[in-house]
Amino acid sequence: MTFFSWLAAGIVMTAVFILIGYLLIKGLPIMSPALFFGDTPWRAAVMGIEPVFDGIYPAVAGTFILIACSSFIAIPVGVFCGIYLAEYARGPLKNIFSFMVDLLSGMPSIVMGLFGFALILLMRRTLYAQANTSILLSSACIALLILPYLIRMTQVALESLPESTRLLGPSLGYTRWQNIWHVLLPASSTATFSGIILSIGRAAEDTAVIMLTGVVANAGIPRALSDKFEALPFSIFYLTAEHRDELELQRAFGSALVLLTLTATLFLISYCIQRRFKRRWELGE
Amino acid sequence: MLEKWIERVLFVSMLFCALCITAVFGFLVYFSCPLLSNARGLAGIFSSVWKPFIGEFGILPMLAGTFSLAFLALVLACPLAIGITCFIQGLAPARPANAVRSLVYFMTSIPTVIYGFVAVFVLVPIIRDTFNRGAGFCLMTSAITLSMLIIPTMVITLEADMRQRAEEVRLGARSLGLTPAQELLWILLPCSGRGIVVAMVLGFGRAVGDTLVALMVAGNAPVIPQSLLDSIRTLTAHIALVVATDSQDQAYYSIFAAGLLLFLIMALLTVLIRTIGGRFGQREKRHERAS
Repeated sequence: MTFFSWLAAGIVMTAVFILIGYLLIKGLPIMSPALFFGDTPWRAAVMGIEPVFDGIYPAVAGTFILIACSSFIAIPVGVFCGIYLAEYARGPLKNIFSFMVDLLSGMPSIVMGLFGFALILLMRRTLYAQANTSILLSSACIALLILPYLIRMTQVALESLPESTRLLGPSLGYTRWQNIWHVLLPASSTATFSGIILSIGRAAEDTAVIMLTGVVANAGIPRALSDKFEALPFSIFYLTAEHRDELELQRAFGSALVLLTLTATLFLISYCIQRRFKRRWELGE
Repeated sequence: MLEKWIERVLFVSMLFCALCITAVFGFLVYFSCPLLSNARGLAGIFSSVWKPFIGEFGILPMLAGTFSLAFLALVLACPLAIGITCFIQGLAPARPANAVRSLVYFMTSIPTVIYGFVAVFVLVPIIRDTFNRGAGFCLMTSAITLSMLIIPTMVITLEADMRQRAEEVRLGARSLGLTPAQELLWILLPCSGRGIVVAMVLGFGRAVGDTLVALMVAGNAPVIPQSLLDSIRTLTAHIALVVATDSQDQAYYSIFAAGLLLFLIMALLTVLIRTIGGRFGQREKRHERAS
């Protein structure tokens, strides 16, 4: 058994190192301004004055806009729901709501995408015939996708506070909300924060949702929330299947490396925060 | 006054969240209704022929593809996940154990599309050259890739379960003079059957719900798989492909039926996990009261 467990760990570690190593070997040599901006001067490209045709900059920008919009929608709602579930909900209501959250977190991302797609179909039939898939719709569906993670992270962060901290507020005569606002939330903020960062990582990587809700292969940078857009994960998928020449394949490798760097960075930040949080409580006890 | 309003705001956001999930379900039902409400449509959906150009919209091959792929990935991932959890929990010295634990957590942050991407360029040629049949985009390739994807989920679940159990039995095991490795193999592993089941259900759910790996490496042929080297299409990949290519009305309805099917499968798995977990929690409580 000992041998087998070493073997299992060995196999999986080798696979991950092959994955990362392969991307680094293929991706690092082509990392250059030309990969991002093509022939367009980078200053003009970043300012949005000139469009970029042969680079991955529009995809990078699209991904960041997508992350920003979906976080803007999901973070407040997710944190509120988490607080509600941890501190207010009681009895059967809590069971029902937490079952709903579980259900939501189990949903495949393609079903979320299909939901967005159906929303547009319905709007076309009833209210607004010009309704079309866009970055706003994608952000809303991505927000729905990361919502359950945010809720659970906030809830667990609050519920795992030690009893002594929990009683601190009431002992000073705080009301329930004062206790949450002045004591419990600050004490659990690091864990909540690391949860938020993890969810952002999920928003950045998801492909299935945006495939059905408005991402396209060539759109440039979106000018309005109702525009179509490009995103890194989709261009990786698209270029893998449809690359016409060596250059486009290189762009796929570049995109993959950039996306992996992005999610790995987010992961590392969240990991470090979590470790520090843990150590603080261990010292405190 | 303020207190009341805050509670109301929190409650409304919770209600909004619950409403969203209900809406997802409602939309899927509403849009697949035209096909599911009459017998002919129903029979058409659950047939094994997908040929949209001659009016055949059966999604059974995709259902078979989804289950065979998820099952195969689980068979590959399960022993590896148990092995790694044991590795982390006590069979290895602290330093390698911590390194592997960090790596497993890191694996959760690797985007699915990148697993698929690397599989297309590394694993597919290997499979193609080894078996010398077909293009290499097949059930086996995608199952191997998918098992990499679900291993971290399973290991993290199983490890959390085992660690909790370890605290309960540590004193007893030490008093019997067991080494940590013996404790793990003879006490912890045999009594964490429930944890293994939960991990398997979660892993299976992830495998069923994944789109990109299946879409990129499984080959996407809508036939019921006969061998490991056959090209398959899953329900998830099917939805993505139809939205991207077809525009016939009937084809659209069939993807909502596929979506509804996925929803129901995942709901079933969620209920399953909650039942196992719930019963487990109750036993725990009784245990506490007794002691």
